[in-house]
Amino acid sequence: MNPASTLVESLMPLTVLLPLLGAGAALVLAGRPTLQRVVSVGVLVAVVAISAFLVAGAADGPRVVTLGSWPAPLGITLVADQLSTIMLLTSMTVTLLVLLYAIGQGTSDDDSRTPVSIFHPTYLVLTAGVANAFLSGDLFNLYVGFEVLLMASYVLLTLGGTRSRVRAGLTYVVVNVLSSLVFLIGIALVYAAVGTLNLAQISTRMATVPPGVQLAIHLVLLTAFGIKAAVFPLSAWLPDSYPTAAAPVTAVFAGLLTKVGVYSIIRTQTLLFPDDVVTRDILMVAALATMVIGALGAIAQEDIKRVLSFTLVSHIGYMIFGVALATPAGVGAAIFYVVHHITVQATLFCVAGLVERVGGSTSMTRLAGLAAASPVLAVLYFVPAVNLGGIPPLSGFIGKLGLVEAGVQDGSVLAWLLVGGAVLTSLLTLYAMAKVWVLAFWRPVDQLPAGEPADDDEGRYPQLIGSGRPRPGASGAGSAAYSGDFLGAPSALTSRRLPVALPRVMTAATAGLVAAGLAITVLAGPLYTLTDRAGTDLVARTPYISAVFAQTVDHRVTR
Amino acid sequence: MSTSLLLLVVIALLYTAGIYLVLDRSLTRVLLGVLVLGNATNLLVISAGGPFGAAALVGRAPEPAMSDALVQALVLTAIVITLGVAAFLLSIIHRTWTLDREDDLTEDTEDRSVRRRLASGEQVDEDELDTTGCEATSDTDDERARSAAAGGGS
Repeated sequence: MNPASTLVESLMPLTVLLPLLGAGAALVLAGRPTLQRVVSVGVLVAVVAISAFLVAGAADGPRVVTLGSWPAPLGITLVADQLSTIMLLTSMTVTLLVLLYAIGQGTSDDDSRTPVSIFHPTYLVLTAGVANAFLSGDLFNLYVGFEVLLMASYVLLTLGGTRSRVRAGLTYVVVNVLSSLVFLIGIALVYAAVGTLNLAQISTRMATVPPGVQLAIHLVLLTAFGIKAAVFPLSAWLPDSYPTAAAPVTAVFAGLLTKVGVYSIIRTQTLLFPDDVVTRDILMVAALATMVIGALGAIAQEDIKRVLSFTLVSHIGYMIFGVALATPAGVGAAIFYVVHHITVQATLFCVAGLVERVGGSTSMTRLAGLAAASPVLAVLYFVPAVNLGGIPPLSGFIGKLGLVEAGVQDGSVLAWLLVGGAVLTSLLTLYAMAKVWVLAFWRPVDQLPAGEPADDDEGRYPQLIGSGRPRPGASGAGSAAYSGDFLGAPSALTSRRLPVALPRVMTAATAGLVAAGLAITVLAGPLYTLTDRAGTDLVARTPYISAVFAQTVDHRVTR
Repeated sequence: MSTSLLLLVVIALLYTAGIYLVLDRSLTRVLLGVLVLGNATNLLVISAGGPFGAAALVGRAPEPAMSDALVQALVLTAIVITLGVAAFLLSIIHRTWTLDREDDLTEDTEDRSVRRRLASGEQVDEDELDTTGCEATSDTDDERARSAAAGGGS
């Protein structure tokens, strides 16, 4: 083994280990906010550097580490192939930028209601869970990675424990606990059927299992991952829970959590059950429904954060479409789309946070004239919004084009239907994004509907808090004060323009995210060849399997 | 692979009870349901390890006679995770209790606002209806249920 490859392999566990150790350090440093920030940013910078190194290291074949040198069925295997490393690098970069955004929000808020001492350690635990899920070569370790990131996400989502966050958090926690249970059932079934949980071993042994049993196991796993990835019939929890969280939390959730689910679906489809035609059709239909219904939901919403949550659901459909095609071109395009979507969706949620800061609300009934009030913010919104809608030459267009091409190549009726659905969804997304643009950014302030009696008299958020059960004293001035307090936002922009300056660090971090999105466009050529090769390798399966087996055999010989 | 029939029956019963509890509007019952479902799944994982054998301790029994140690390790991890989640759920249920003095899942207010806009005749097509979240049920139902429960308890 040459020294370069051993270096890659010894760095691999660090992507999980460093954030965990950093979380401990950040918890110890709870009383010293500056030092805590230095630690968490330092850890994430290191993880991003390692991820970049891993992308280079995995270019010529998957890298495998068996932790503690225990052989495959007992020990835990970490596998860094092209798919995992690309996902890892993208997600860690976005995580770092969102952390900077969160730090900017914390300092400019100067707000004691957000317990920063909890935020940083939890955020790092979330990162560790995501890294573990991406690198895991073992189904149970994938489950553990999921649980780690979910536990962290429960805490982040209910940060501050306000009424609306607790309400949203409850839905989120219960749904995700149940999906984890379904996943665990799937793990039990897989173990009962093939006697191992190592992904490579499962994939070779699964062929001997009767097809009916295979299908049952496959559907259980897909249900679990489908809930986590928010694929249509299982997506209702997402738009209810994400918008209430703090802006950086929503941004990182939107970027990462559903994509871990998509990643797991890609693995299941390509590695474990490559020949299953039935689920492929099911996924196609689910992808179509996810795309169209998500986009229609986005149009119906009046709150920017909820619009974005629905577009998030809708665009999961694109990735599922690519995976369901199960051709190298389809899977490759899906991976490219994941990279694009992680970046763009996180950016848009960060922008929504800035809008909330400048305009005092994210409701389109109360926003106007933002483009005139803050041209920088307008640009920051416009670029990723157009990118999400798929306007050429941005990365969203390239990803969608790749998927459409792969669909046309496939040529089946369903694939053609999906191609049509993809184009339609692209238009609908553009419509939703343009609606936000026209209402919140372009509309002159004096055209704000002056009436809106239901919304302005009581205030929208007190209503949200009251939720149909009026409490004594929950009206008038008291409720207005509460709404401001609970949002941590300045008073709403109603008829006058507030001279709220954009917070510098938050804007810089958002600009960084926008730049990352543009970089994906500029570097689309090399990136697309990379994802295409990843797709080819995934569909071929042998690189992954032989790399894992080579490693375990290697260890048995040296023993 | 063979496994214990009794265990399978117990698992089935636990799943039935768990799903029944999870579907309740009362959060405490949902938590209990999650715990029951968790235990059912743990038993399922144990039974996935095949027939029972001797304790998996080196030197006590020949290796082929031992139970599968791997499933026990998996279940230990799963139990720890369920415990953590249960603790978090309990704390969040306690939080809703301190905030609202209620133990029920409340209605989705955003859905209601969309419905209100529809009712007020804004130009929103029917197929754009937001299909997320729960139905807004009337409060009187809850009140009746609660008074009934209180009456039964006293």
